[in-house]
Amino acid sequence: MFSLRDKKIANEIVSKIKKMDVNLKFMHVCGTHQDTLVKNGLDVLFRECSIDIGQGPGCPVCVTTPREIEEMLLLARKGKVVTTFGDMIQVPGEKYSLQSMRTEGYDVQMVYGIEDAVNLAENRKDKDVVFMAVGFETTAPTTASVLIKDLPSNFSILSCHRIIPPALKAILDMGELKIDGFIEPGHVSTIIGLKPYEFISKDYDVPQVIAGFEPLDLLMAVWMLVHQIQRGEAAVENEYVRAVKEDGNIKAQMAINEVFELVDVKWRGFPVIPKSGLKLRDKFEDYDARKRYEDKLQDLSGKEFNEPAGCRCGEVLRGLISSQECPLFGNKCTPSTPVGPCMVSIEGSCSIEYRYAKKQ
Amino acid sequence: MCLAIPGKIVSLDKKKEYASIDYGDGTKRKANVSLVDVKIGDYVLVHAGFAIQVLDEKEANETLDLFREMLSSEEEA
Ligand code: SF4
Repeated sequence: MFSLRDKKIANEIVSKIKKMDVNLKFMHVCGTHQDTLVKNGLDVLFRECSIDIGQGPGCPVCVTTPREIEEMLLLARKGKVVTTFGDMIQVPGEKYSLQSMRTEGYDVQMVYGIEDAVNLAENRKDKDVVFMAVGFETTAPTTASVLIKDLPSNFSILSCHRIIPPALKAILDMGELKIDGFIEPGHVSTIIGLKPYEFISKDYDVPQVIAGFEPLDLLMAVWMLVHQIQRGEAAVENEYVRAVKEDGNIKAQMAINEVFELVDVKWRGFPVIPKSGLKLRDKFEDYDARKRYEDKLQDLSGKEFNEPAGCRCGEVLRGLISSQECPLFGNKCTPSTPVGPCMVSIEGSCSIEYRYAKKQ
Repeated sequence: MCLAIPGKIVSLDKKKEYASIDYGDGTKRKANVSLVDVKIGDYVLVHAGFAIQVLDEKEANETLDLFREMLSSEEEA
């Protein structure tokens, strides 16, 4: 169903890219792109064409900050039923993860989506249920559409939603590495369309291509980027036309705008990124766990939470090092003994690298 | 997290809020379709229990042609 496989075109693209004779550094911001790249050996193939493609901050679980994890741990400790996506549960905090707290008997539940968390709240009227809402523009509208409906009064969310375009800007502003082009995330783009990326090409002269998730999509996206560069252009192009419309999904955008406002937030590995986080608007404050449990979360105020010792997720997320360059990769840090979130999340580049490549 | 799976809408409730989605591998599951305008037979991308976008069957069928066209136009240029 809608798969895109054609060896002949794939070979043609590869030979054209080889002939283009370039030396370029691209970044994508999506775990699913990284999965396609590494699983199919495209990362190696592109490197042979002198094109290096790294994963930036494109893993929602990975960029969630140590403080946000401590907030959830604290709420679990205070007797709340804490719900979130499977990956998030395993991310190590300073001393515990939600997983290890569950083993100690605290009420932590894994859900597939926010509606499962709401159903849980409806069935557990005697308890307060908090949903840790993680995710980019792909996931934020699912949270928003539920918030607009009538919700059980024992339900609230801890919003850790973030949006992608300000993070792209942050990467470029930090200037730690030269990026010749961005491969933009297909599913985020189904929601936001093309426009929110345009300022990047205009202000920074960086080409961008929105790509789907088949190997052929990524081959084509890379060819389109190289082609733009060779013509001296910098624009936003859409390779994933079967799913991404120019204007995105307007209904979903309206839901996000009704429920959330943009705020400055920190991302793991980054300083505060202006207007990159989604906070519940005041009219939804009854469902905002940070408001509702302000007194309880006070315990964390003024405290600093550090990255796990030795973990280099920050540099991985900024595209400065590959997972294999972290000394802990594959020995102290593995999927069954993860030190940082990039090894926990199936979208984290350390986990993907371990899954397909292992330590060489 | 941003993973979304394509599936086909096989039935819709009266309020067009929920649909039963066939994922083509023998599994059918309910998804919330309130973020999209859909009818039975449409293909959608489903993420975290929600349909987030309708897939364009025509564009999907023509993607390879489009690629061929783009690749050959480069040669003429
Ligand atoms: S390998 Fe482990 S410790 Fe190293 S950056 Fe990745 S998650 Fe962190």
